Amino acid sequence: MTLSRLVTLFLVALQLAGCAKGAPEQQQKVRGPAGPPAYGDTLVTGSIGEPSTLIPVLATDSSSGEISGLVYNGLLRYDKNYQLEGDLATSWDVSPDGLKITFHLRHGVKWHDGHDFTSRDVLYTYRVIIDPKTPTAYSEDFKQVQSARAPDPYTFEVVYAKPFAPALASWGMSILPAHLLEGKDITKSPLARNPIGTGPYVFKQWIPLQKVVLEANPDYWEGKPYLSRYVYRIIPDSSTMYMELKAGGLDEMNLSPVQYQRQTNTREFLSRFNKYRYPASAYTYLGYNLRLPLFQDRRVRQAITCAINKEEIIQGVLLGMGQIAHGPYKPGTWAYKPKVDDFGYDPARAAALLKEAGFTMGSDGVLVKDGKRFSFTIMTNQGNDQRLKCALIIQQRLRSVGIEVKIRVMEWASFINNFIDKGQFEAVLLGWTLGQDPDIYDIWHSSKTAPKELNFIHFKDPEVDRLLVEGRGTFDMEQRKKCYYAIQDILAREQPYTFLYVPDALPVVSARVRGIEPAPAGIFYNLIKWYVPKAEQVN
Amino acid sequence: MVNYLIKRILMLFPLLLGITLITFTVIHLAPGEPVEMQASMNPKVSAASKARLRELYGLDKPLYVQYGRWISHLAHFDFGRSFAPDNRPVADKIVERIPITLTLNIIALILEFGLAIPIGILAAVHRDTLLDRGISVFVFLGFAVPTFWLALLCMYFFGVKLSWLPISGIHSLGSDKLPFLARYWDMARHLLLPVAIATFGSLAGLSRYMRSTMLEVLSQDYITTARAKGVKERIVIYKHALKNALLPVITLLGFSLPGLIGGSVIFETIFAIPGMGQLFYQGVMGRDYPLVMGILVIGACLTLVGNLLADLCYAFADPRIRHGKA
Repeated sequence: MTLSRLVTLFLVALQLAGCAKGAPEQQQKVRGPAGPPAYGDTLVTGSIGEPSTLIPVLATDSSSGEISGLVYNGLLRYDKNYQLEGDLATSWDVSPDGLKITFHLRHGVKWHDGHDFTSRDVLYTYRVIIDPKTPTAYSEDFKQVQSARAPDPYTFEVVYAKPFAPALASWGMSILPAHLLEGKDITKSPLARNPIGTGPYVFKQWIPLQKVVLEANPDYWEGKPYLSRYVYRIIPDSSTMYMELKAGGLDEMNLSPVQYQRQTNTREFLSRFNKYRYPASAYTYLGYNLRLPLFQDRRVRQAITCAINKEEIIQGVLLGMGQIAHGPYKPGTWAYKPKVDDFGYDPARAAALLKEAGFTMGSDGVLVKDGKRFSFTIMTNQGNDQRLKCALIIQQRLRSVGIEVKIRVMEWASFINNFIDKGQFEAVLLGWTLGQDPDIYDIWHSSKTAPKELNFIHFKDPEVDRLLVEGRGTFDMEQRKKCYYAIQDILAREQPYTFLYVPDALPVVSARVRGIEPAPAGIFYNLIKWYVPKAEQVN
Repeated sequence: MVNYLIKRILMLFPLLLGITLITFTVIHLAPGEPVEMQASMNPKVSAASKARLRELYGLDKPLYVQYGRWISHLAHFDFGRSFAPDNRPVADKIVERIPITLTLNIIALILEFGLAIPIGILAAVHRDTLLDRGISVFVFLGFAVPTFWLALLCMYFFGVKLSWLPISGIHSLGSDKLPFLARYWDMARHLLLPVAIATFGSLAGLSRYMRSTMLEVLSQDYITTARAKGVKERIVIYKHALKNALLPVITLLGFSLPGLIGGSVIFETIFAIPGMGQLFYQGVMGRDYPLVMGILVIGACLTLVGNLLADLCYAFADPRIRHGKA
């Protein structure tokens, strides 16, 4: 239930996003000609979890992020094609040496309480994030900043110690109102439950564990959003949420693969709702503990990948609602290398590789090397049914090439503390949510293997280390792309993870809502342009 | 009697202290810390900022120091602030959940007792008849059927198919604009399914209990005497037998007191009811120690008070105990 949210790891990407092969799929039946865009009506959306706090620098959960995303703005944002564009900054310059970034801020933007937005707000936001007293999860990127200053109300400059490419993405961080927070303890600020931002929607009401209500900001600099109200209902159970959707209590939710494939193809449903489908910004993987001699042999890892039928997993677990992952990037994003030399499903090759690695078939049908049976445990976290099913399918496939797999499911906190952090695992089945910048230093660099760091499988490759440093140290897209392409080749060869799949995001929206334009970044990027024709407005 | 009361009340304090000590230790024994839950597996959180968070929450101190701090705050009725990112006072979080949980539980409790007692009596009086067996099947069905499954079926049938009842939550959207009575009607409609299903599920225990105590009483000599002297069966049952058979129910009622502020996580999750069950569950999952301790302390107090009240009522109702012990 709510746990599955915790499990979405990289909590950095606040926006629901995602896409791949050009045009995302859309199943819809347009009823009659859509009227012209009209103001009015309410969009009621459902969420499993309740937001924790609406001060974005303090929150890490997706519910808080979704609401904050409508109430606040950052300096920059990603557009529908994953390109950076100005948000509160109209433009920005990077100095030729890559050390200094100058943001030119938008004039005439007002906070929801009527104050002017200026560079003072940006400077405050930066300072509060790096303040050691602020319990924020986002300070790392900002600690790379050497100095920040606001020479005038509409210019903001930051200087970095060395060129740092993820910096631009980091300035997508929501900017906070300095006039309400400066000199106060941010952790006790009333803004946490009553936010005041610059964004398209103004916070109206929050009834704990029931709903959050936002209203259109009539003075929004991009124009007033068409939908007058945005209601975020908290419904902790996904079956209940689905019934609410069918009974008309919700206009929008994310479907599960079963709901998408099996339960929503009735004429009645399709006449009332439009279904969308595009790759989510996440992948699921099987990771090996590279400290163990068993997995130090590259051929063993390659063999396991060959023995796993990823397509079968996608069919079995996601009912086909996903695609094979070959590396740590989402298909369709600029850092993704379309053709890597990955290992396909090939049990014969698996057997050959294992033989080469010195394994012979034992009497009980399990491979043996040096008198030890090839048996290992896959661990995964409790509360994620897809991962468990995935592990079961892998178990059966590996059995057929002579590898015995045990499965252990554990509650998240114990899993991380007692097993991941202590290196007490053999293989894990987990997932990463992808940030929008392709920098993956924290997961793959050899310096990030200390307890509690993210390279917990202990992957160490000098070439990857070098490429990661090079990739984050330049703003030149082509050069970065080369680095990340090369990393994907190495990961495909080394198979430190068996990358399993990229699931699809499956949102469904009431058919009365128009103006939705599926793009690589999904459907939610232009929420302020969604509208309901006058004749179809209900509330 | 007064001495007994004072003794019992004085006993509550060491008991409560013991309970808090044990629970405090036990939740800290569970692996993971609030910091972990917020920051583990997040690439943007460095080890240094995690250490800072721990310091902020006082988790770097030895456990006995943490306990001492917590208990001294508690002595001033300060439950502390939640370790969740919202950092709100624990008391606020609890207070905003209690009304709905109390409402639901009190209605369900009244219904449970109101239905289970007559059902139990009926079953006892018509022992081993078709009626008795039918009742058994009915109440055990309620006991055995998983509530979440029944809830989903009912939601689908009454909410989606027939559109008679709302599916989840406790208010309709826009109900705040309705007039006073209509708002209550709206809320009543929302609570109908949860209350009905909760009651159905809880009938078995109490009604079987009632049946067996009733049977026990009916087999006593004084009942035979009453019948022998020609008292009408109705009076035998409702006047002579029922009075005594109801005595143990007082104890049960006392035991239900702490249950009033507890909620079922599954139930609340399915019906999207913002109650205590979910709050507690999230507290435990997020290792939100102040919140968990706050709820447990309230629960412990209510349990102790409930037991005390039950004992007192019992003594009041049953002269044998009153004179025997005190």
